[in-house]
Amino acid sequence: MQFLWAFIIGGLICVIGQIMMDVFKLTPAHTMSTLVVAGAVADGFGLYDPLVKFAGAGASVPITSFGSSLVHGALSELQRDGWVGIVTGIFEVTSAGISAAIIFSFLAALIVRPRG
Amino acid sequence: MRLKGQTWEFQAKPRILASATVVGPEEGQGPLASDFDYIYDNLEINEKTWEKAERKLLEQASQLAVVKAGLTKEKIQFFVGGDLMNQIISSTFAARTLGAPYLGVFGACSTSMESLALAALLVDSGAAELVLAGTTSHNCTAEKQFRYPTEYGSQKPPTAQYTVTGSGCGIVGKKGNGPVIARATIGRVMDLGIKDPFNMGAAMAPAAADTIEAHFRDTGLTPGHYDLVVTGDLASVGLPIAKELLQKAGVRMEQTKFGDCGLMVYDMQKQTYVRAGGSGCGCSAVVTYGHLLKKMTNKELKKVLVVATGALLSPLSYQQGESIPCIAHAVALEMED
Repeated sequence: MQFLWAFIIGGLICVIGQIMMDVFKLTPAHTMSTLVVAGAVADGFGLYDPLVKFAGAGASVPITSFGSSLVHGALSELQRDGWVGIVTGIFEVTSAGISAAIIFSFLAALIVRPRG
Repeated sequence: MRLKGQTWEFQAKPRILASATVVGPEEGQGPLASDFDYIYDNLEINEKTWEKAERKLLEQASQLAVVKAGLTKEKIQFFVGGDLMNQIISSTFAARTLGAPYLGVFGACSTSMESLALAALLVDSGAAELVLAGTTSHNCTAEKQFRYPTEYGSQKPPTAQYTVTGSGCGIVGKKGNGPVIARATIGRVMDLGIKDPFNMGAAMAPAAADTIEAHFRDTGLTPGHYDLVVTGDLASVGLPIAKELLQKAGVRMEQTKFGDCGLMVYDMQKQTYVRAGGSGCGCSAVVTYGHLLKKMTNKELKKVLVVATGALLSPLSYQQGESIPCIAHAVALEMED
């Protein structure tokens, strides 16, 4: 059953993104940041974790989960280390994703010429 | 030259002595492939950067035009050119290779006809005997500068257009048999407040309509005087808007064939990735200097009005939320009996 919900919820998040681009004419960059912020806000209200439990990768793969992870890390370090934890914790949970982006970009740049 | 309103009527019969076009692989798969002088099979044009590729297209087209006219590049007295890049680097760097005195112009995609009109004016006024006019564009340089780098893989709406990879050049002089540049209408900048860079056709249509209306008002001619009137790159979204605007203005375009270079350069049924159609400096340049001139030389077309359209936005003006000012320049080409 979770496969089905992952499909539906993940698809719905993408539909929202598509509507933001096609109907509201947001740029891809604005669409992405809005979804990240939406995920962060949802996590602040404690709504994103139940969604991940319910829909699995349907909620953890889209970019909204990145926003949720930012808040998650900040909140958990806030409890452990106090206010300074907000600063140190933001990249606590997301560090794997960010480090992976840097490492794989580096590896790709070794074999192909980076250009835009 | 006689000035009527915003139209130059050339008296000394400046002509296009020779022209040349060099295009990329996608234009080579289009319906006009046989009209182009050289077709590259790779989008990189065998260069390391897109900018170098765009420049090389212009360098080759200009060299080919010089050879086809039976001249050497030392005989070219002026080169009038432009492109879409910041500081028109493609034309400037190509002018470095060419070595001729250079006048850089910018009219976005209308540069093709702006440069041809100026070249005709130089020859007509006696300021020069042989002038090269040319322009170039590359799909990936334009996407990178005005939208997103193609490698980013951003989605495009159906109103988006596809920048032509190609360059077209013409040599203007007095002696020869080529089509006469009879007149040219210089456009005004029009802005109806459209801000979407993925809908250039709609933004440019009012500019095209304004220039066409001015052309017939100034010259006293009717659209029926021409066998064909083509706009530069209004594509499938902009052309119907221009038709509607002209109908409202009482210009009877039904007397002639009214088309658009952006709808001619690609196979609109098969090459669906071009969305609304072709665009860019190279679009009207390769269609005019390749396809239309060939048809005129073969006597299939006698009188043609090319109305090249340009969107005068910069990445900065767009990011600051400004609308897109547009312009169109018309050049009338006529074969003598």
